[in-house]
Amino acid sequence: MPDSIHLKIKRQNGSRDLPRWEEFKVPYKPNMNVLSVLMEIRKNPVNVNGEKTTPVVWDCSCLEEVCGACTMVINGNVRQACSALIDKLPQPITLQPLSKFPVVRDLKVDRAVLFEHLKKVKAWVNIDGTFDLGPGPRVPERERRWMYEISRCMTCGCCYEACPNFNSRSKFIGPAPLAQVLRFNKHPIGAMTQEERMETIMGEGGITDCGNAQNCIEACPKKIPLTTAIAQLNRDTTIHGIRSWFRK
Amino acid sequence: MKVIVIGGGLAGLLSVIKAAEAGAEVEAFSLVPFKRSHSLCAQGGINAALNTKGENDSIQQHFEDTIVGGDFLANQTPVKGLVEAAPGLIYAFDRMGVMFNRTPEGFIDLRLFGGVKNRRTAFAGATTGQQLLYALDEQVRKWIAAGKVKEYIGWEFLSAVIDDEGICRGITAQDLNSMEIHAFRADAVILATGGEGMIYGKSTNSVICTGSAAGAVYQQGVPFANGEFVQFHPTAMPGDDKLRLMSEASRGEGGRIWTYKDGKPWYFLEEWYPAYGNLVPRDIASRAIYKVCVEMGLGIDGKNQVYLDLTHKDPEFLEVRLGGIMEIYRNFYGEDPVKVPMKIFPAPHYFMGGMYVDWNHMTNIPGLFAAGECDYMYHGANRLGANSLLSAAYSGYICGPNAIKYIKGMQKSAADTPQSIFDRELARQTEITQSIYNMDGTENPYIIHEEMGETMITDVGVVRYEKNLLRADEKLQELTERYKNIGINDTGRWANDVMPFVRQLWNMLQLARVITLGAYNRKESRGSHYMPDYPERNDDQWLKTTKAYWTESGPRFEYEDVDVSLLKPRARKYD
Repeated sequence: MPDSIHLKIKRQNGSRDLPRWEEFKVPYKPNMNVLSVLMEIRKNPVNVNGEKTTPVVWDCSCLEEVCGACTMVINGNVRQACSALIDKLPQPITLQPLSKFPVVRDLKVDRAVLFEHLKKVKAWVNIDGTFDLGPGPRVPERERRWMYEISRCMTCGCCYEACPNFNSRSKFIGPAPLAQVLRFNKHPIGAMTQEERMETIMGEGGITDCGNAQNCIEACPKKIPLTTAIAQLNRDTTIHGIRSWFRK
Repeated sequence: MKVIVIGGGLAGLLSVIKAAEAGAEVEAFSLVPFKRSHSLCAQGGINAALNTKGENDSIQQHFEDTIVGGDFLANQTPVKGLVEAAPGLIYAFDRMGVMFNRTPEGFIDLRLFGGVKNRRTAFAGATTGQQLLYALDEQVRKWIAAGKVKEYIGWEFLSAVIDDEGICRGITAQDLNSMEIHAFRADAVILATGGEGMIYGKSTNSVICTGSAAGAVYQQGVPFANGEFVQFHPTAMPGDDKLRLMSEASRGEGGRIWTYKDGKPWYFLEEWYPAYGNLVPRDIASRAIYKVCVEMGLGIDGKNQVYLDLTHKDPEFLEVRLGGIMEIYRNFYGEDPVKVPMKIFPAPHYFMGGMYVDWNHMTNIPGLFAAGECDYMYHGANRLGANSLLSAAYSGYICGPNAIKYIKGMQKSAADTPQSIFDRELARQTEITQSIYNMDGTENPYIIHEEMGETMITDVGVVRYEKNLLRADEKLQELTERYKNIGINDTGRWANDVMPFVRQLWNMLQLARVITLGAYNRKESRGSHYMPDYPERNDDQWLKTTKAYWTESGPRFEYEDVDVSLLKPRARKYD
């Protein structure tokens, strides 16, 4: 085992500032992950040249790969930093912010657009109110299982980072919201308003912007069946298109 | 009507929704996007006496289990309200599309949890908190899209704005990117800011759970109640940066706790507590594991850890019902719990104590409410598993409407409050912030934080000795002195992480003393508070709610009788 951990971090003071690389060496301890190394730097912010520097800025919250906050590019791969175990990473370990979102500072980026897209596709069940109306619809367990798989999406942005059809200028709503559309369209109550969601994803930046590169499914830390969901949604939009043509 | 809600977890988001449904204009502040709030770390489930498993479960039984589980320290009338509302709440979540596991008939399935004998816990795999939080996040997004709710993401609450009559008229908050501080007007403010696990350094909590907001209003005059009652979850993965929770559901689904004794597996919980076995309440399980490891020296590999064993269960069953935690264990420990027993040890997990509120969830400052883990209301001296998602949801569910009711009875609204009141508080907060930027001493705030955590976990943990509690308080006072000599390593005015942390650290130190001295004062053992010097519960003297008031020289304590109007206190037995 090496006696220290070598990190190369891409740092930037803001979206208009030029990025620079700064290197750190942190004493090795067993069972560390990228975040616990960043936390060590905070306690003594000195770089590899022995110069005092500012602590690195990054996003994190749960530290157990459920919240999605600490997503970054580690050794070239997009993933959550909390579950990036040092013992499994070749060194030097490079840390970069997500490339498809505006950098706030260092490894912290602004991912507000992810939530905007969820808003755009109306990713919710449109209930009348939170009052007690008695039990909801009965749901077969096998249906629940795949809907649950999709509902574990953390909105972390990995699939966006991997998708060749999404960038800071494109209008593509991205892989994750498309899977959500399928889940809400198939939910017994959600299905009642599926037309609204279908119209959105059949419009600009919608499902036809997916180039079927299939990078998203590889990048998803939760192994959500994104490509299967998008393929299913493609069939559904065709049927929806034909139906609405007949209704005209 | 204008309502401000702080916090984007279950309690906060339900407050937002209920206030918006009542027609209020709502501003919702959160440190992180709502979807990343700490409610999502709740795993096992949410309790409601749905009685769909043919076990004659009832609201009354849920009530009694909760009161006994809390060792009679919870006020009983509010708990009654909680358990009565539970089934309706689950059904509302169900309609929002929460993917609760189902029975073969398509009904919501229920599983067993600690401290109870009936199946009462609805669940979505082992990520129930995540699924409930996401459902509320989706509903709030609908309100945002409709223009009825405005979100402030990446803002930190600094203080309540209190006018000369002592009424809360709004808040001050800081944008954590631009570092600007602003004052906001509101007729009612709801704090739903969660627990304070970071006071213990490492815990099962997210790093955002500092308790800083509660610490701030405590210094503005809101009493902090029952601070000494800190739940240690018996089954967490030991770790360097975090103690990761392994849900109580693993025991509810048949997991067994054991270690080696005389070369053979020893199922000590099953031996000591034959009636409940592995499903004794958390305080009891944590003390047993502590005893086996620390006092008897029988931890696995001589370390502070025992086995949580699921290897006798069917792998597909485990995946469907506990997949979320199996994944965490595999990712962070590199071993498969299907094949090898998990190694676990108790970790700080939940704060039964919190801001003192009346039964409408209002603090002693009119217009300032608290809901969720940051209040003290429902769990007494120990919380039962799967009651936290319930109390978080329920308190938000009633806090929203209570705030509206309060606003409708107001003499004058926040809009009529003179601007000078807001300017005054803004100036005070700006000065505090500036003084932090100016800190140029030699201490590192993260090291002070680490030392605070070590002290709390060693001396104010599962077992509390009088002399250790005194030692802890001395250490906290030393750290408070050293705090003044902090050198801030980052004076940047853009997305500076250190400056807010230094402010949080101060607030954490205040609450750490509330916890420590509250524990020292309480000369008995009750629920999670265990003092070997006073091993018995003492109802004659201590059937009382602790209320800590902030003073310059440290917390001042008052005590208040507990409402025991519905169930007469009796001995708490699980063997």
